[in-house]
Amino acid sequence: MSGEGGAAWVFGENIDTDQLAPGGTLKGSIEEIAKHCLVRVNPSFASEVKPGDFVVGGRNFGIGSSREQAAQALHHHGVAAVIAPSFGGIFYRNALNFGLLVVECPDAGRIGEGDRLTLDPVKGEVKNLTNGESYACQPVPAHLLEIVEAGGLVPYLEAIRS
Amino acid sequence: MGQTLAEKLIARAAGKDSVKPGETVTAQVDLAMMHDSSGPRRFEPILERLGAKVWDPDKIVLVSDHWVPAVDAQSAQILDQTRRWAFANDVKAFYDMVGICHVVLPQGGHLKPGMFVVGGDSHSTTGGAFGCYMFGVGSTDMAGVLVTGETWIRVPESIRIEWKGKLGPGVCAKDINLALCKALGLGGAEYRTVEYTGELIDDLTMEERMTLSNMAAELGAQAGLIAPDQTTASYIRDAGGDPGEIDPWQSDADAEYFASHTFDGSALEPLVAAPHSPANTAPASSYEGIKIDQAYIGACTGAKLADLRMAAEVLEGRQVASRSRLLVAPASRQDMMAAQDDGTLSKLMAAGAVMMPTGCGACAGFGGGVLHENEVCISSTSRNFQGRMGAQSSKVYLGSPYSVAAAAVAGEIRDPREFLNGS
Ligand code: SF4
Repeated sequence: MSGEGGAAWVFGENIDTDQLAPGGTLKGSIEEIAKHCLVRVNPSFASEVKPGDFVVGGRNFGIGSSREQAAQALHHHGVAAVIAPSFGGIFYRNALNFGLLVVECPDAGRIGEGDRLTLDPVKGEVKNLTNGESYACQPVPAHLLEIVEAGGLVPYLEAIRS
Repeated sequence: MGQTLAEKLIARAAGKDSVKPGETVTAQVDLAMMHDSSGPRRFEPILERLGAKVWDPDKIVLVSDHWVPAVDAQSAQILDQTRRWAFANDVKAFYDMVGICHVVLPQGGHLKPGMFVVGGDSHSTTGGAFGCYMFGVGSTDMAGVLVTGETWIRVPESIRIEWKGKLGPGVCAKDINLALCKALGLGGAEYRTVEYTGELIDDLTMEERMTLSNMAAELGAQAGLIAPDQTTASYIRDAGGDPGEIDPWQSDADAEYFASHTFDGSALEPLVAAPHSPANTAPASSYEGIKIDQAYIGACTGAKLADLRMAAEVLEGRQVASRSRLLVAPASRQDMMAAQDDGTLSKLMAAGAVMMPTGCGACAGFGGGVLHENEVCISSTSRNFQGRMGAQSSKVYLGSPYSVAAAAVAGEIRDPREFLNGS
């Protein structure tokens, strides 16, 4: 996350795991699945999202099935974090276990498409560099941050055991 | 402020006096349950990558139930890998082809109120019937538990579901589940914990409570808890387990819930869920005339001893309709043997039931008894998602064992109360 932050890709409420990792693509590799991530809602997302960008969602982001690829696909694109007022519970678990930062932010709705953002997950604060606002979000516990920074639960365990 | 049962259970596992919804804690896992399908074949590669051994083989229960008995080279491979992993890792609680994990676990005396348990299966909510915090995890989570003996959990809010009154004849826990799926919606609990309470729940046997907690999964709850009482304690004692203490595992009177719902069981009638959702529910009588090809009594949800007895009550002295078939896959060997001893099995077989091996069978489409294109089935299982039990165009209705047996006899869906003798 450089000085000027990452761009916000804004989505609505109830983005489900089938929009993140479409059922028809699940047999393919994660590269293949990631190409179809969210394209049904925003056709340019998968081709134009850059590492360090943010995905901003409405209520219940990631509801639906327990497929781990939904989180993996966003992680594959290098998304810095998903910011939303609330998350599907299983997606929330899978995301952190796959190294994708997810933060609950009641004011996520104030973020506009393309706004430049920075996130301090320890303090629990999202800064909107475009309009100068800042929003409180749920701080991410240190232990989970370590898992995310290691790239997920398995690489984390690999690191602490070696 | 008081605490809910869920909060007390998570706090104990996290070594804290109390926890609050939204807080993330690390919990020590008392027991990890897994099966052939989600088990070694999924996490063995991760454990190998980590060069790790399991943290405590005595805290693992492994059950081969999904792919049993092997029907082809692939299922034989899965079962072989499961066995070899169990032996190599010294897992003593390994149940090979003796029943479905969610039923074998309590029947083996492994559950005790107050425990924190993870299961490698979505219906792991079943363990909540024993006052345990038990929930389903994926293979990555399970690998983490196997290596470290702990997992992180974000404390969920609780939803209180109270049932008043008494169930009438021919109405059972399965009907309560279908009513709740309709009232809350499929996944309506949004990964909160549901807690079942009230005089009707107090009156239920452990088997019926298990059926209830089982389908908390369809409500989208992380866990489906029932506070333990004397019924819980005596079941555990009979299973050779130690019930431990009961008093600490009750919600406080001033505990805070996200929502509370109250229902009256006296008004409940037999329900059936139409394809392709357990929430697509209406009275069984409203589906009268829908012809069925197959009736299926099976699964952790609907083939325990109590379920087999319900079916036998309807089937005794009757015959399965000539153009229909009835398949019965008992939930465990223990249930099957008890049903043999009390004459239940003879009643089922005399009516024309085809007996299947104990295990998941056709429930998830792996075992025998799957459906052809356009076939219609009524089933005592928990899910009727499109194509789950066989061909994509097949249609599955869900009902209680009473409703399934009634449809088997009539060849069409009917209100099962027409077939009960009122004795
Ligand atoms: S019987 Fe069905 S619901 Fe139960 S564990 Fe087996 S596949 Fe899952």
